[in-house]
Amino acid sequence: MLVHTPDADNSPATGRAPSGGEPMLLIESLDLTYRSSRGAVRALENLSLEIAQGEFVSVLGPSGCGKSTLLHILSGLLPPTAGRVVIAGRPVVAPRQDVGIVFQQATLLPWKNVLNNVLVPIRTMRRPIEPYRRRAQELLTLVGLEDFAEHYPYELSGGMQQRVAIARGLVHDPDILLMDEPFAALDAMTRDFMMEELQRIWLRTGKSVLFITHSIPEAVFLSDRVVTLSARPGRVIDDLPIDLGRPRTLDTMSQPKFGGYCAHLRALFTKGRPERPEQSR
Amino acid sequence: MKRFSFLIVSLAFLLALLGIWHWAIVFFHVPPYLLPKPGAVVDALWGGLVRSGGFYPHIGATLHSTVTGYAIGCALALVAGTLLAEFPRAERLLTPYIVALQSMPKVALAPLIIVWFGYDIASKIVMVALICFFPVFVNTVVGLKSVDRNLLALYRVFSASRLSILLNVKVPAAAGSIFAGLQIAVVMALIGAVVAEFVASRAGLGNLIQASAVSLDVATMFACVLLLALIGVGGSWLLRTLHRRVVFWEKSDARTTTEA
Repeated sequence: MLVHTPDADNSPATGRAPSGGEPMLLIESLDLTYRSSRGAVRALENLSLEIAQGEFVSVLGPSGCGKSTLLHILSGLLPPTAGRVVIAGRPVVAPRQDVGIVFQQATLLPWKNVLNNVLVPIRTMRRPIEPYRRRAQELLTLVGLEDFAEHYPYELSGGMQQRVAIARGLVHDPDILLMDEPFAALDAMTRDFMMEELQRIWLRTGKSVLFITHSIPEAVFLSDRVVTLSARPGRVIDDLPIDLGRPRTLDTMSQPKFGGYCAHLRALFTKGRPERPEQSR
Repeated sequence: MKRFSFLIVSLAFLLALLGIWHWAIVFFHVPPYLLPKPGAVVDALWGGLVRSGGFYPHIGATLHSTVTGYAIGCALALVAGTLLAEFPRAERLLTPYIVALQSMPKVALAPLIIVWFGYDIASKIVMVALICFFPVFVNTVVGLKSVDRNLLALYRVFSASRLSILLNVKVPAAAGSIFAGLQIAVVMALIGAVVAEFVASRAGLGNLIQASAVSLDVATMFACVLLLALIGVGGSWLLRTLHRRVVFWEKSDARTTTEA
């Protein structure tokens, strides 16, 4: 670990070495049905997934495949109808403090400066602040915002705000980082930059990451594995290991292998779709 | 330099307006009981504020009822709005009544309030509190309920208590909306005070306007209206400044104006 952790000071440097032991995240035949005004809606169906220690896995799916529902279940905010989730060997039955969450919007508190925003999870959990100040500062350095600790979110660009959110997601040294389309609200140029940044941050911290997205190139660029979900009800229809070296750069995206992965994933979405002849009325 | 020249232009414009006003009265022979000359208004102001000091009890009475009623009305609105936003069941039960009360012109209640609370300051305070209540109440509810759901989820993941979420997330997030309500309420408060004074009172600028109307002292009426405008502008400015200081993170274009 290159980032100092107050409660795990003498942990060995792991980097990103997927261990052969039990998975960091285990999702077993997850089902979620909820009631709405139009009757019961099945959001997730028999969804199983494993993420190894230090692995970066993207969950790719069309809009409305229950990706955000999945995130709520994983963080313990929503009990599943059936199935179970195990994070770091312990089943998820209540809100879990050993997960880090990054949303599509940075959702920073505009009345707190960058450093205090990063410390929000620590304050909320009523842990002592002082030991974490140094870590927060180091995380800001890691995300390239070391000079902005005293700034307020409204003084930052969208990409910078999202980097603060990533630092906030990591501040309590979670076992796994859950990211819900974190770059979807950014412009294309910033997205490319943020993909490289996230890869760099991930390589440095060695966290397991579950990355929810509906951008195919983003998923291929970042992931060790890309898991594809079907449209509602969401279930796994494909699990694709991405065998490209690290670190990947924007040039990686022009490799034929990269294009091959993208084509494979794109086919999954077009295949299931009913044909729409131009003349149909 | 640019600012200075703008000041000159503004002053010239004001003087021109006053000049037109003055000469129009002279030219068309407008009798002073219909429209006073600007000089007569200034004279009335000077008389009431400096020579006799007769305006001060009235200004004091109006300020007293406005400020007290404003504080009471806004405080009640903040408490009630918070309770309603936090307890959705109460909201469903009470919403029809709130909408009915809100749609009603509160000044229509002024005579009734005088009957209930008497001629003195109490009835003015009640009127002001009533008229201030709704803009603040509605903005409090809306502000508290429009907090980002993901932000709430984040706090719940870290086991924040309900009270902690309310105080640390919802209230600061609603502050901009609440201040917009407080700004509207300033103008409303003055309306409430003056209307209540019109209906029945022993003192206050509204009372003085009515008394002057009886004696056709139009210059004094103008002076009172000018003073009320000054109080309104001062109050709005105070609230805008507070808004900017407290909710410093909101951009200026997000701020609402003080429409009544």
